[in-house]
Amino acid sequence: MTTKSSFDVEAIRKDFPILNREVQGNPLVYLDNAATSQKPQSVIDKLVSYYSEINANVHRGVHTLSQEATEKYEGARSKVRNLINAKEDAEIIFTRGTTEGINLVAQTLGVQRVGEGDEVIISNMEHHSNVVPWQILCDQIGAHLRVVPINDDGELLMDEYEKLLSPRTKLVSIVHLSNALGTINPVKDIVAIAHQHGVPVLLDGAQSAPHLPVDVQDLDCDFYTFSGHKLYGPTGIGILYGKRELLESMPPFQSGGDMIKSVTFEKTLYNDLPYKFEAGTPHIAGAIGLGAAVDYVNTIGLDRAAAYEHELLEYGTEQLQAIEGLKLIGTAQHKSGVLSFLLEGIHPHDIGTVLDTQGIAIRTGHHCTQPLMQRFRIPATARASLAFYNTKAEIDALVEGIYKTFEVFS
Amino acid sequence: MSDLVDLYQEMVLDHNNRPRNFQKLEDASNTADGYNPLCGDQISVYLKVENGVIADVGFQGVGCAISKSSASMMTQSVKGKTIQEAEALFQEFHTMVTRDPGTEYKASGLGELEVLSGVCAFPNRIKCASLAWHTLTASLHNSQGGHATTE
Repeated sequence: MTTKSSFDVEAIRKDFPILNREVQGNPLVYLDNAATSQKPQSVIDKLVSYYSEINANVHRGVHTLSQEATEKYEGARSKVRNLINAKEDAEIIFTRGTTEGINLVAQTLGVQRVGEGDEVIISNMEHHSNVVPWQILCDQIGAHLRVVPINDDGELLMDEYEKLLSPRTKLVSIVHLSNALGTINPVKDIVAIAHQHGVPVLLDGAQSAPHLPVDVQDLDCDFYTFSGHKLYGPTGIGILYGKRELLESMPPFQSGGDMIKSVTFEKTLYNDLPYKFEAGTPHIAGAIGLGAAVDYVNTIGLDRAAAYEHELLEYGTEQLQAIEGLKLIGTAQHKSGVLSFLLEGIHPHDIGTVLDTQGIAIRTGHHCTQPLMQRFRIPATARASLAFYNTKAEIDALVEGIYKTFEVFS
Repeated sequence: MSDLVDLYQEMVLDHNNRPRNFQKLEDASNTADGYNPLCGDQISVYLKVENGVIADVGFQGVGCAISKSSASMMTQSVKGKTIQEAEALFQEFHTMVTRDPGTEYKASGLGELEVLSGVCAFPNRIKCASLAWHTLTASLHNSQGGHATTE
């Protein structure tokens, strides 16, 4: 039986070599995990060993290296399937990241099912990557984007969502965990309600996959997509989960090698799942690195990590709220480790610069959620985002850095 | 820390808190909007150009202390200058903020603008300091509705 007090953060920190470095003469305090997370040594080692011992193309060689590479690549797919509890490996498609996963669905299922005058539902807190692909789709076919509004705490207005659903709704695409606010959306309900109308749902899991245990069968979502680099894995790799019957009904996305069974100049037979959606030589090293990242988070346990991160969030919220002149943006009841804030009279960009001189890395700006910033009538926020290797001492350093910022601008 | 003090000098903070010429010119002959897509900073520059001279200048917008103070000081320094003089000032300013941080800046007639000389030690803030100037250039080349971006 493990308890949250048994969470040995100091031991975990030793697994991440970058956490030893200094920035501007101070120990690095890395609080930009929603942008990208740091990598454990095991992931770094896996990339090196792949290139130094195995490197070969997958799915097409009779030689030993190719077989080994294929085995590792497909092994990584199984690890991802286990992580999110998909029914079968074939439902896991490797992509470049969340953005490509959303674009894939928009340009295949979207083009196939959404017609002129139809509607696609997103929310006011979507990342640009879950706005623009749908805008482009709607422009292509004369369909309309409908947006679920949010309240001042940054929570979806579920009543409004239900009202938006109609016979014209052909797709719902919603973020599971907001990158700018930290809000955890009631995605199981969102899916269930859409299904009552026969509408499929895509969940943007870029932030939820690294910070919450996810079970796609339990959520019953039709698509779920995330990026490896936010889950302590390499950049340039991600996955799209889709239910088999939907993936089978969809036309291919990109085309080329590996996604075909046979090609003549008259006709091409597409490959089976998941290869139908993996044209060209994939990011083999990235997929294997992602597999290593999944192994790593499994040794910690995402449920334990989430509990620890929540403890940090509560501590951070308390500490930040005690600062006069600081306003938190994103105060949902169900939240994960994101602390977005404003300081009275000081632009977030300036906060970021002062904190950087203290070795503290945060993100400042619109967080690729400009419509959300417009909703709050602000140009930007400063955002500290947590991971399970962060500590209360680092939150204290952030608080000290914020006072330092006030001092510089006093 | 000394870099930080260099960056946020008292005069920078003063222009940030009380920006000069912070107004729209209703009778502007030249206007442009500037945008830094990385941080969302937005600025509009209004000019009244008469016989090749910038007779009046104003700006509005939202931005960080560096972009706002730079815009404020820019308006003060180009008012009354010819277009050629204003463009030469931008060249000089650009050289100052993009120089190697290890090198001493040799004063060359930038006047008050020299308080932004510390920006060169913060490469990701150079665009903040130069946004107003890029927008000024765009407005000089467009009688109405010019656009500038830092990207």
